Amino acid sequence: MKRLMSGNEAIARGAFEAGVTVGAGYPGTPSTEILENLVKYKPDVYCEWSPNEKVAFEVAAGAALSGARSIVTMKHVGLNVAADPLMTLSYISVEGGFVACVADDPGMHSSQNEQDTRNYARFAKVPIFEPSDSQEAKDFLILAMQVSEQFKTPAILRTTTRVSHSRSLVEIGERASPGKSVGFTKNPSRFVPIPIWGRPMRVRIEERLKSLQKLSESSPVNRIQWRDRNLGIISSSIAYQYAREVWPDASFLKLGMSYPFPDALIREFASGVSSLLVVEELDDFIEEHVKALGISCRGRDVVSGIMELSVDRLRSSKAMLEGRDAAEPKPSPFSEGLPPRPPVLCPGCPHRGVFYALGKEKVVVTGDIGCYSLGAFPPLNRMDSILCMGAGISMAHGMEKAGEPQKVVGVVGDSTFFHSGITGLLDIAYNHGHSTIIVLDNRTTAMTGHQDHPGTGRTLMGEATLAIKIEDIGRACGISRVNAINPYNLEETRQVISQEIATNEPSLIVSRAPCPLRERKKVGEVRKILAEECKGCELCLGLGCPAIENNEGGPRINETLCAGCGLCQQVCPAEAIVCGVRA
Amino acid sequence: MSETRSAKADAYENEAETETKSIVLVGVGGQGILLASEILAQAAMLEGYDVKTNEVHGMAQRGGSVMAQIRYGKDVKSPLVARNGAHILGSLEKVEALRFSDYIRPEGLAVVSTQAIMPVTVSTNAASYPTDADAEDRLRRAFPRLVYIDATRIAADLGDIRAANIVILGAISNDLDLPPAAWEKAISLSVKEKFLEANRRAFAAGRDYR
Repeated sequence: MKRLMSGNEAIARGAFEAGVTVGAGYPGTPSTEILENLVKYKPDVYCEWSPNEKVAFEVAAGAALSGARSIVTMKHVGLNVAADPLMTLSYISVEGGFVACVADDPGMHSSQNEQDTRNYARFAKVPIFEPSDSQEAKDFLILAMQVSEQFKTPAILRTTTRVSHSRSLVEIGERASPGKSVGFTKNPSRFVPIPIWGRPMRVRIEERLKSLQKLSESSPVNRIQWRDRNLGIISSSIAYQYAREVWPDASFLKLGMSYPFPDALIREFASGVSSLLVVEELDDFIEEHVKALGISCRGRDVVSGIMELSVDRLRSSKAMLEGRDAAEPKPSPFSEGLPPRPPVLCPGCPHRGVFYALGKEKVVVTGDIGCYSLGAFPPLNRMDSILCMGAGISMAHGMEKAGEPQKVVGVVGDSTFFHSGITGLLDIAYNHGHSTIIVLDNRTTAMTGHQDHPGTGRTLMGEATLAIKIEDIGRACGISRVNAINPYNLEETRQVISQEIATNEPSLIVSRAPCPLRERKKVGEVRKILAEECKGCELCLGLGCPAIENNEGGPRINETLCAGCGLCQQVCPAEAIVCGVRA
Repeated sequence: MSETRSAKADAYENEAETETKSIVLVGVGGQGILLASEILAQAAMLEGYDVKTNEVHGMAQRGGSVMAQIRYGKDVKSPLVARNGAHILGSLEKVEALRFSDYIRPEGLAVVSTQAIMPVTVSTNAASYPTDADAEDRLRRAFPRLVYIDATRIAADLGDIRAANIVILGAISNDLDLPPAAWEKAISLSVKEKFLEANRRAFAAGRDYR
């Protein structure tokens, strides 16, 4: 039976069919739906959202050491957080199969950078698999699991946004038995990498790489397709699909297992074609190796490594390769001068009140990763830096210690706080900092589609659990000034923020209101603007609320969009904004 | 393992490529683009076609411009539609139709909702929204084959304003070689029971729109 599945659904299906019993991860676009789909196979599979990727990785690693088959899921930058356990799990090896499913985001659709996960495979000396559609996503997860278990190595399954979020047809199979029974067997020389045992492990992983290379050279997922021999193309992942469309007649070496590199296959292919081209997204990972083998090829000189590829961009590459003008397609004249439509904080978003209040303060705001990144846009303009998860807190402390003359406020979300904000807060208390830290607690991991976290009182398995309080953690970290505010009350929000910025002690403010998008209900009564009372000062527009339109004839509230948060009513000096759309 | 292809296979492949239908659906986050995309893809799958779709998640969904792409045929490679490659452009918002107008083929069909959704850039006076007359003039020039339809009003009259996406889908269906039974089944597979009747009516209204 065939079903239409996204790449992420197919990976989850593959994990189910492969006999996986433990799945852990942290949400991150474009990887989130893998675990959301895997949990549908409970109770056959235990799934959890861990506080961060490092923890998730270690949870899955522990399961694998006990002999269970496990996966861990994350986006590309999540693997930076989990890099520490990755590098040494490669040494201590696994007993049950272990696959890290990592989704890259070429084009930065929903990410702060464009790093290429394939580099981690070489770095950690582990095999990596790159599906190019949903069927391969399922098949390669199963293959990666087999390879992991056979060679006792962690494996990486790398997708990209277009593989994870494209849907295509998948043949459904049966679930395999979960394999060996779970039970840890003590073996310190294998699992304890203190130097006396770690050094032999270092040698063993090089031997393992050689065996894996033989597999890479013989595996059907690395295959030559002979067509016209004038041009041969080496490609992997979604780039392969684009390239097949642009060069339908060329010969291809399609890499499904791209590391360790299949040297013998690359040599055979190169010697069978007149000219060689490497088509890959992001880094010149394959091309560099082909050149290191002493084989000349084209690649980065005609195929850009910046932003995602497409059929259009490869058509330009083809023109350049053939010595023709690579005319970029001209934008349509009909789209000139259209108003841009960037993503914005939703109507009724509880973050808006805090950013509006921060706009009244002369401070530096070190921000973080989440919906509230949108607070950086006009008209709020109230986020001055974003680095990575948790950095909103630690960078505030660093600026302060450097002698930054302005006061610094760190802003972080609830899920992000649990992810990697706690250690930063601990640092502020420990090292005599006095930054003001605001946790924007909307009771969910909103940007990725409303996943639970340690503060929500629910697990991914759907069970009730204890809801960890951010205030309690703050106090336990040694912060004595802890305030909770309602961000829909603008006066209270402004007053508490001003007061806490002014103190010379570390301070934690928890701004708490649930995300209305998750609650699926209005915050309060829909508001309207009384045109006869409106003085046209446009202060309400400073909130950047998508429900307040200002086309012709002054501001008006779109009643379908309005979430009834009432912030506009609080900023209107003319009292022209009132409750109730109709009597 | 290597595979050798015959000339016949090549010919088949090229023929298949030219037969791939490409549809682009655009609008604003939250308008129901993904549901419309799902129904279209299901209908094509039920007819035995190879199908690939692509959609946007995450950051871009927060009130920004969104696009879903659907391609079906004998053997579909890229899930993304190339510029000037779409047979059909469906748009739930008029400015978004113009924004993505270079996706459509010169002879392609554009089904565009008359709905206007103001971006925040307009309310903050950073940009301006075209007047109704200017928008319609541009749409008529951009799309020689234009169905300009008040899908929101039609859906509202049928009792569910949120079914405007399905009205657009119904109008699109006239230009696709998928039989009514496939659409009917695809809608019933993708829509919750309690919204089924409203969506069926919305689809029929779009299909009958002239």
